Amino acid sequence: MFSMKVSKLNKKHFQIFRSVSTANVKEFLVYRWSPEGNEKPRLQSYLVNLKECGPMVLDALIKIKNEQDPTLTFRRSCREGICGSCSMNIGGANTLACTSRIKEAGKPTKIYPLPHMYVIKDLVTDMSNFYKQYASIQPYLQKSAPLQKTETPQSVENRKKLDGLYECILCACCSTSCPSYWWNPDKYLGPATLLQAYRWIIDSRDEKQKERLKKLEDTFSLYRCHTIMNCAKTCPKGLNPGKAIAEIKKLMVSDKSASAF
Amino acid sequence: MEDDNWQWHMYDTVKGSDWLGDQDAIHYMTREAPKAVIELENYGMPFSRTTDGKIYQRAFGGQSLKFGKGGQAHRCCCVADRTGHSLLHTLYGQSLRYDCNYFIEYFALDLIMEDGECRGVIALSLEDGSIHRIRAKNTVLATGGYGRAYFSCTSAHTCTGDGTAMVARAGLPSQDLEFVQFHPTGIYGAGCLITEGCRGEGGYLINSQGERFMERYAPVAKDLASRDVVSRSMTIEIREGRGCGPEKDHVYLQLHHLPAEQLHTRLPGISETAMIFAGVDVTREPIPVLPTVHYNMGGVPTNYKGQVLTTVNDQDTVVRGLYACGEAASSSVHGANRLGANSLLDLVVFGRACAKTIAEEHKPGESIGSIKENAGEASVANLDWCRHANGSIPTANLRLQMQKTMQTHAAVFRTEETLKEGCAKMDKLYSNLKDLKVSDSSLIWNSDLVETLELQNLMLNAVQTIVGAENRKESRGAHAREDYKTRIDEYDYSKPVEGQQKKPFDQHWRKHTLTTVDEKTGKVSIRYRPVIDHTLDSNECATVPPAIRSY
Repeated sequence: MFSMKVSKLNKKHFQIFRSVSTANVKEFLVYRWSPEGNEKPRLQSYLVNLKECGPMVLDALIKIKNEQDPTLTFRRSCREGICGSCSMNIGGANTLACTSRIKEAGKPTKIYPLPHMYVIKDLVTDMSNFYKQYASIQPYLQKSAPLQKTETPQSVENRKKLDGLYECILCACCSTSCPSYWWNPDKYLGPATLLQAYRWIIDSRDEKQKERLKKLEDTFSLYRCHTIMNCAKTCPKGLNPGKAIAEIKKLMVSDKSASAF
Repeated sequence: MEDDNWQWHMYDTVKGSDWLGDQDAIHYMTREAPKAVIELENYGMPFSRTTDGKIYQRAFGGQSLKFGKGGQAHRCCCVADRTGHSLLHTLYGQSLRYDCNYFIEYFALDLIMEDGECRGVIALSLEDGSIHRIRAKNTVLATGGYGRAYFSCTSAHTCTGDGTAMVARAGLPSQDLEFVQFHPTGIYGAGCLITEGCRGEGGYLINSQGERFMERYAPVAKDLASRDVVSRSMTIEIREGRGCGPEKDHVYLQLHHLPAEQLHTRLPGISETAMIFAGVDVTREPIPVLPTVHYNMGGVPTNYKGQVLTTVNDQDTVVRGLYACGEAASSSVHGANRLGANSLLDLVVFGRACAKTIAEEHKPGESIGSIKENAGEASVANLDWCRHANGSIPTANLRLQMQKTMQTHAAVFRTEETLKEGCAKMDKLYSNLKDLKVSDSSLIWNSDLVETLELQNLMLNAVQTIVGAENRKESRGAHAREDYKTRIDEYDYSKPVEGQQKKPFDQHWRKHTLTTVDEKTGKVSIRYRPVIDHTLDSNECATVPPAIRSY
């Protein structure tokens, strides 16, 4: 049941094994590193009784922090998959800890910070580059006329084009799962930012489609996407950044980009 | 949608507040509401649409036509069931157009007050543990509520009442904290919110007998009655043995009678949430739900312009340099109970009101008053104490004890006995703050330390809430007492007012509670402030006189 070397068992493990009949113990291996001190990063083992824990990985992390090790550091807020704070690499995949169910049986669950990001501490990574890129695509409605006294009409069909785009929570799971983004995070915008760029490009109320597309006309911002599609596979909200990027590429080459609707 | 009128919305809000709301602020909010929605749409907010391309509006709790006499109103503009998410992203995106300087992951510790004026804040940067004193001519508090003072809440982990706590430490009062809204439909177990929009789209609550029980408690509005009414009804059903599940401790929200297409288009978010957290397919099974702490009607008292108020010799006095808006504030548009959808509206209208007031009264480049050399010293001392706290109670333990106490003693229904017991327990728990144990003494991203500071903030909010609840000996809005079942107003509004003797201010309860706390002992002091009944302009909108509240 547990793939641990006998030499690594200690008193705490025996205490837990003794009560195995009433407990359901799962091992978590969590990446730890502190910028203070000279230690290298390590994987720390925590044992959690799943019978006394909520079903999600975030529940386990909070339980570990509350009961075993208050120094374990991670971001969290809404606990229901809408704020994007708790994005991390769980069992090899980027996802939200709060909507990721603990796999009861089998090997220990490994928890790492999002891949190829600077680590501030433990599971907390530096998101500033990601936010800067998001700001760079001008994520706001742009019209030539000033604010109107009425709403801009938008048909149900045009509004539907925004479904699958506006729900993005900017958790960065997709961008940090993309090998192109790993190798060029400063120049390639990444799936999340490009999905948002597309959200404004095809919003029928926006009047700067041409300019938005022109901004992506260099060798790195958009075109480092090689349809690897890790993004779509990993998105915890079920969105498809790869498809949005493909749609942008289509618009980039077609003449339709001048007058979309 | 049908013909509508903002004055009807104003009436609904006053009635929803159980006549504790300030009618000038309510007049302001409901009058500005249509403009605010149009402005948001112009900013790019992706509202759902009707077939003629206009913004889609749905029914919501407590919203009626023709001053309550014309049936259910469909006035709530929405973005599927993710309106809040969409509002946040739209406004954040717009803010990037301007030179907004965000101090990301800075934790505000305290206000810097000088001569009764707010001159900025002192804050801790998580990224490197440095402490910053930020001098500002104007400070706007938009710090949200304190749902995490309870064991089960729809709120995020970060809802720890930091703004109201800072105000309390500055010696300023908080208003109406005893009014805590229990949202009828939080998922049983996880506590995640299932929006009222479900009932707006036609969903309804059923008990173990499959009965749509709200028809008995609110014959007209049924499941779309005001939230406090629905929460109380659900609690009574469970108490009288008609709860669902093996423990009979919750009820069901049924949606599967609605077309699957409608659920997919209008309620995609909660369909997903119900599957993830309750394992329920909403097109086939009902969702198990329970009244869950959701919103704080009370907060930092402000006028309708967003300026923070205190009272000096019982007179409302503006605190210069300080503003508040949103859940952290009490303007008070929500009074004793908030209507659904009014919170998102409150945010945009009063957030804007703060900005407008600041722009009207100040010019860029004005000089900021000086602050003492040692301003913020107490905050730094507290930070240092927390970082090295080596008592016997870990933060998580004390927090859990506080949450369980509040959940048991300041719940949907309250009695003298449980409230008094709760006050005593909270008093003891507050004194236990001195015995905290913090394990992480690092400077960089010390979440153990920040959670401890947040616990201190929660405690300040919790004691004011429970002491205020014990003190208010009536039932009004969300504050329901089994030993004082009725509202005690200046007149008995169940009978004609003519011929009645008006009760003096100190003998009725249609007044705001103002509480202050002694930070060292946790002792709460109470005073009162009258409700504002006059509107901004009686020609534009008449005052709504108090009446008996039924749906």
